[in-house]
Amino acid sequence: MPQLTMRDALNQALHQEMARDERIIVLGEDVSGGAGGTSGEREASGGIFGVTKGLLPKFGEGRVIDTPISESAIVGAAAGAALAGLRPVAEIMFADFVGVCMDQIYNQIAKFRYMFGGKSTCPVVIRMAMGAGMNMGPQHSQTIYSLLTAVPGLKIVIPSNAYDAKGLLIQAIRDDDPVIFFEHKALYPRKGEVPENAYTVAFGEASLVRQGEHVTVVAIARMVPFAERAIDALAKEGITCDLIDPRTTSPLDEETIIESVEGTGRLVIVDESPPRCGMASDIAAIVAQKAFHSLKRPIIQVTPPHTPIPFAPALERLYVPGPPRIEAAIRQALKDE
Amino acid sequence: MTLSVNLGNARLLRAYRQMRLIREFEERLHVEIATGEIPGFTHLYAGQEAIAVGVCEQLTESDYIVSTHRGHGHCIAKGCDVGGMMKEIYGRKDGLCHGKGGSMHIADMTKGMLGANAIVGGGPPIAVGAAIACKLRGNRFVSVAFGGDGSANQGTVFEAMNMAVVLRVPAIFVLENNGYSEHTGAAYAVGSGDLAGRARGFGMPAECIDGADFHAVYDAMGRAVARAKNGEGPSTIEATITRYYGHFEGDPQNYRAKDEVARLRVTMDCLKRFRERAALDHTVAQAELDAIDVEAVALIDAAVRDAKAAAPPVEADLYSDVYIQY
Ligand SMILES: Cc1ncc(C[n+]2csc(CCOP(=O)(O)OP(=O)(O)O)c2C)c(N)n1
Ligand SMILES: [Mg+2]
Repeated sequence: MPQLTMRDALNQALHQEMARDERIIVLGEDVSGGAGGTSGEREASGGIFGVTKGLLPKFGEGRVIDTPISESAIVGAAAGAALAGLRPVAEIMFADFVGVCMDQIYNQIAKFRYMFGGKSTCPVVIRMAMGAGMNMGPQHSQTIYSLLTAVPGLKIVIPSNAYDAKGLLIQAIRDDDPVIFFEHKALYPRKGEVPENAYTVAFGEASLVRQGEHVTVVAIARMVPFAERAIDALAKEGITCDLIDPRTTSPLDEETIIESVEGTGRLVIVDESPPRCGMASDIAAIVAQKAFHSLKRPIIQVTPPHTPIPFAPALERLYVPGPPRIEAAIRQALKDE
Repeated sequence: MTLSVNLGNARLLRAYRQMRLIREFEERLHVEIATGEIPGFTHLYAGQEAIAVGVCEQLTESDYIVSTHRGHGHCIAKGCDVGGMMKEIYGRKDGLCHGKGGSMHIADMTKGMLGANAIVGGGPPIAVGAAIACKLRGNRFVSVAFGGDGSANQGTVFEAMNMAVVLRVPAIFVLENNGYSEHTGAAYAVGSGDLAGRARGFGMPAECIDGADFHAVYDAMGRAVARAKNGEGPSTIEATITRYYGHFEGDPQNYRAKDEVARLRVTMDCLKRFRERAALDHTVAQAELDAIDVEAVALIDAAVRDAKAAAPPVEADLYSDVYIQY
């Protein structure tokens, strides 16, 4: 099977879906780039991370739309286009910029289907790059998936590898509801096996990345490869873990997590979003409610501190949970006093 | 109102020195970034110096500015310490923001520099707020929002402009039209192409000027400041300019004609223009300007050397300046 980076897997998904369904449009800042430039090169960019490369030459300006810097209008226009029968894939360059267009996400697209009594669907996908690790500072490094997972009416997708990224994006595009699709910047170069053909990965189905018996580890996005490293290191000592990647936080596959905790009795949750009202605390609450009697030890959350994301590499390294912290948490979960 | 013709030798030299310092700062960063030692991504202001300096030379430390992702020039022009800025860009503990912000977030409240901003369109509403404070204190000082052609497409900028007019506050919107927002041309993304016209549509005067001409910027700013201090409310200045480098360092600039930058470095160089003008009207001697050029190199050399040698922040710094911890 061909090895693709997550970036190329996403790109392939967009190409294949746009070829399949001509109602799909892509819109965002610099999704092709070059418009109004002086070189005459029309696709001068292909997206700041290269995910939308090659779409403009293939599908044309009608369907691949470079927008001005106007996030509210980008998301709002995607919403309107969806109500009018198109299937827009909007790009918000960095997840942090959701701050600018929160109304369109939170009050508009998330509510249409319910608020209009089921008379409409809003098949919008909003892709956005997220995450720390590249020293981009406090306004270009946030994850924000916890914030948006809290909004009823949105589906939240967070792939950790190339295979899932492609299948989840195709599912997102075919889904009739609004989907927020998070792409961790540091994972774009991560390679994995990706089938050439189009396929979907269902929402609400976690993936069991490692199977073990001592501790359940739940990790999201970039925390998945970090947890893999910690778990593989511990395996040499005979400590084995279930590693669960929820892949979508809304809907969330509670069942897989709970089943695993019923087996291990120990839970470590690794989340790159801040500790309060985040995915880690949300999953901890669910497990506390539904699997309390299976727990042998308190649930451990591995998250960044409750601070904005610092710029300096020396601080960002400390901010982002890494394999050593995950390993330590797993060991702590195994301590029986 | 002070116009550029009234500027004496010392003030003109200071203006040139500020522009040269910005140029040197940015040209040097361009070199240092290529070594991989500078973290994150950096947007250089080289080419646009006359705008920051022409604007800020009309201001005092008690006036406010709000900047953008391309903020180094605004910071230097407003009096931020070059050594502290360089350390910030290198992510050092002694940087102006203790390494927490980096290139896109340099701020110094003691200089009236209310912060560079990595959210396009994030600054202008903040500038209006500072202008409300200025108005309440008798319009003795003004508040300036810098922004690009791309930022003028952001709703927050429209809101800020309209509110400034409605509240009649001493706000000045400086739109630096360098022809691009990232990889997209203003020729495409700015409907009508007329940034000043938009501002006029909100009910304030707006001037279009040559952004490579220090004197033109200084004079336009003088008029805007006079109006603001007279209680007549906000103004906009649209300055046409170019950037000498990519959107950020590492940008291959496929959207620009191959010879564009080389050509504009000749026709749109504020330093050269300043020198030519000085030679014509004999306000400052070329030798004095030459001395400033040498001095600027030494200053930036020292700033880079110190920044490289400076210590990074430590773990405790991660938890400082946040109100609540968990
Ligand atoms: C809200 C928001 N949207 C998009 C971006 C990404 N971005 C950073 S700078 C930039 C272009 C800004 O263009 P302009 O205002 O003309 O300023 P210039 O870069 O030319 O100085 C874009 C799109 C951002 N930082 N914030
Ligand atoms: Mg611009």
